[in-house]
Amino acid sequence: MRLLEYQAKELFKEFGIRTPPSISSKDIEKGRKDAKELGYPFVIKVQVPVGGRGKAGGIQKCNSDDEFELKYPQLLNMSIKGEKTRAILLEKMADIEKELYLSLFLNRSKRCYTIIASSEGGVEIESVKNQTIREVGLGDVDTQTAKEVANEIGLKDSQEEQFVEMLQKLSKLTIEKEAELAEINPLAILKDGTLMALDGKVMTDDNSNFRHEELQKYQEKSALEEQAEKSGFSLVELDGNIAVIGNGAGLVMSTFDLVTDNGGKPATFLDVGGGATTESVYEALTLISKMSRVKGILVNLYGGIVKTTTVAEAFIQAYNNNLIDLPVFARLMGTESDKAKEMLKDTKTKMFDSIEEAINGVVMEANK
Amino acid sequence: MTDIYEILRGKKDADGNYQKQPVIVQGITGKYGSTHTKLMLEYGTNIVAGVTPGKGGQKFEDKIPVYNSVKEAVDATGAEISIVFVPAKFFLDAAKDALNSGIKLLVAIPEHVPIRDAMEAIELAKQKDAIMIGPNTPGVIVPGLIKVGIMPASPFSSGKVAVLSKSGTLLYEISNNLTSAGFGQNITIGIGGDPVNGTRMIDAFDMVKDDPELEAMVVVGEIGGDSEEILAQHIIDTGFSKPIVGYIAGRQAPKEKRMGHAGAIVMGTYGSAESKISMFAKANIPVAKRPGEVAVLLAGKMNS
Repeated sequence: MRLLEYQAKELFKEFGIRTPPSISSKDIEKGRKDAKELGYPFVIKVQVPVGGRGKAGGIQKCNSDDEFELKYPQLLNMSIKGEKTRAILLEKMADIEKELYLSLFLNRSKRCYTIIASSEGGVEIESVKNQTIREVGLGDVDTQTAKEVANEIGLKDSQEEQFVEMLQKLSKLTIEKEAELAEINPLAILKDGTLMALDGKVMTDDNSNFRHEELQKYQEKSALEEQAEKSGFSLVELDGNIAVIGNGAGLVMSTFDLVTDNGGKPATFLDVGGGATTESVYEALTLISKMSRVKGILVNLYGGIVKTTTVAEAFIQAYNNNLIDLPVFARLMGTESDKAKEMLKDTKTKMFDSIEEAINGVVMEANK
Repeated sequence: MTDIYEILRGKKDADGNYQKQPVIVQGITGKYGSTHTKLMLEYGTNIVAGVTPGKGGQKFEDKIPVYNSVKEAVDATGAEISIVFVPAKFFLDAAKDALNSGIKLLVAIPEHVPIRDAMEAIELAKQKDAIMIGPNTPGVIVPGLIKVGIMPASPFSSGKVAVLSKSGTLLYEISNNLTSAGFGQNITIGIGGDPVNGTRMIDAFDMVKDDPELEAMVVVGEIGGDSEEILAQHIIDTGFSKPIVGYIAGRQAPKEKRMGHAGAIVMGTYGSAESKISMFAKANIPVAKRPGEVAVLLAGKMNS
């Protein structure tokens, strides 16, 4: 789960990591109350699950009621990289002396947590210079290691102490919440010499959700994504117009790549899972039928254990029940594919022998 | 290091044939476990015992004895291979049971195992000098001899190419293409789509690279993590003279979105397809643009 900034900061507070005073809201009525409580000036920050919002104008200073009335609705209705604003955070500005970078992430190949710290923060991690990188095992970060990291990025005395404390709290959060990433960027040194987390990003392991009841309130899913999860699918929604469906994450990713290579714009990444059934494909079609922007459906299935006729049956049911009216471009490979093609002969499903041909068809249709 | 070939196919007998090695199925009475046990039996895998706690004493399909624990199953059969089908929540317990009972190859099928649990199981496997494949893997197959996994049989044929793949369906797709092009497989290993893998790309490479029958390798990667980059660096450092061809799925995937697999996510440049493809290029590994191109590139490499 990728937590929004305000959610990450709630966790920071819970673990004693200092953040600026801030209040989150999802509508302007609540926002007005928050503004009164917080007092001007403050910044309005859109809450979206992608990076780069500062550059996109998603963070705005606000000095008065007039400005608030103008900017709050603008930011609330904003989209950044296809992601709609999920909430708004009003936050007091901090008096910044210097910006640092600090994160703990799960190093997948080394299978341990790794600290990244830098004396040059405030930019995206790719651009963070002079990184100090430390592998720290699976347990809490010990004081000695934390001190060494602090010294390497040039902190001494009181600031070293504050940094050590913050890093150890962040490490505790990472372990307790089973996070894959916990990032403070920027970690600011304020004019008064104290340290404060100005922005936060936390990603937790979705597979551990079942033992983190307390994080459920942060689950931000579209209605479609929620429905997909219930059916055991993986669905990513995008702003294109071609619904891409397949079985197996790798195969769908590969199909997705080829669609984009050929000038198509995917509306979905929909993986019905390795073991597709008539019911699951029917449900996938039901989900797609609710997306008005979709102009064509591309299906790429590798039938192995699953027979392609099982899948063809789902399409026939969908046509019979008037569930879909969209043109479907399909490549069904593997078990019983000849029979499946025969079944779908007189329907709106066009069958292709290769995925490349199916993609050409659907891209032409969607770009009409 | 434990030899995966020897575990799977034993040593050649006097007639030069490999031996069918015994396999245990954990979760044999479940829906998924029983379906795939039947399919593995159909393929010719020598399944000698099942394990379902509380169901010891039963027989699966009237012939395969079910035990309450892996310990009992190992004591009765001497098997060193186990395939696990239990729900993700119970995976760690099942893995501990297996690894503490002398299992040397643990094939972990379940998807959605928490990373922390997977790491604990991996740590135990290391201590016991055992191989864990997965979690979230389709398994491992030595075509024509033994299938310990959920892959369909049809894409695979016996031959001399090793295929290592993070994705299941791409493994089937690409193996099918290889088979059609006359490149049978000597072994195929599903690395798994999770962030943390019992057998990483580099481990799988080291396991198979010295087999005298191996003539070429295909590596099917995808976005997320840096296992492809690390493998490429390892190939550069150690040198490997046999042909290798790669494929990377997810070139066009948006950043910071999980693309179906828990591990398939790009964070900044960490895990990006460009990073993997450029490292493969440095290691002189051509990368196919689409799955269908893998066999073509391999044919080119084999003839050059």
